[in-house]
Amino acid sequence: MPVNPNLVDVVFDPVASYHVGREKIREFAAATVVTDLQHTDVDVAKARGYSDIVAPPTFPIVIQEKTLAQLLAYPGSGIDFSKVVHGDQQFEYSRPIVAGDELIATLSVTKVQSLGGHSMVTSESVMTTLSGEHVVTASSTLVVRGDA
Amino acid sequence: MSALWEGIAVGDEVVSETFSLTREHLVRYAGASGDFNPIHYRDDVAKRVGLDGVLAHGMLTMGIAISPVLTWLGDSGSIHRYQVRFTKPVYVPAVGSAQLTCSARVTTLPGHDSPDLTLSLTVTAESGQTVLGKAIVVVTPR
Repeated sequence: MPVNPNLVDVVFDPVASYHVGREKIREFAAATVVTDLQHTDVDVAKARGYSDIVAPPTFPIVIQEKTLAQLLAYPGSGIDFSKVVHGDQQFEYSRPIVAGDELIATLSVTKVQSLGGHSMVTSESVMTTLSGEHVVTASSTLVVRGDA
Repeated sequence: MSALWEGIAVGDEVVSETFSLTREHLVRYAGASGDFNPIHYRDDVAKRVGLDGVLAHGMLTMGIAISPVLTWLGDSGSIHRYQVRFTKPVYVPAVGSAQLTCSARVTTLPGHDSPDLTLSLTVTAESGQTVLGKAIVVVTPR
């Protein structure tokens, strides 16, 4: 079954707000071998002008995963998870994420394309504070391999 | 911030570091990220879907690739954009490790042809093959 091109018209509800915890940032930094101290040491982060430790640049994937789960679960999406390959990824920041942030992420599908039997689904997850300030937009293209 | 890039020219390589990736890294990243796709820890599942074996999460490679840049910058808060394309899988053996060499080269300098410092990242596997394409970090000085 091909990917449903009408996904671009679907309005997804924002996912439950995500509280960015200090220990989660430390865990993520360790997992991605990020050693710069502003991601783990509160004093270093404060000396550099932040209210708390700073999340590494790819941290928003943790929140984006929750929005992509909505896409994969959407009835009639035509996306078979076992055939999904990550094509590309981008993070566009208005400001860095720091521990203590509470973020709301909202998914939208921006493009569905067919290419040589495969489908490419491009989506973006816009992350804002509770008051609506833009923090980061995480965008990705998922390649759904065809039944060749 | 005093110019980190003083004395640096477009085309210069500013960082290069080699990482040894093991299955432990994959398990740790699965837990930290919440991505528990079994192709990242089970050889039988990976082979069933047509892969040569267990491979690293693309997002793990993306996360590691920028680590030397974060240390060099000393402040990730000025990073405006980070993007990559995943071009080749990084297979990680059950015993031993996979080597990834991550480097960054300057493509634009603030005040010259752009308001931004732009870095182009290269991530190379042991075979010499690059595993990311269009890997770009845009830093907007604060």
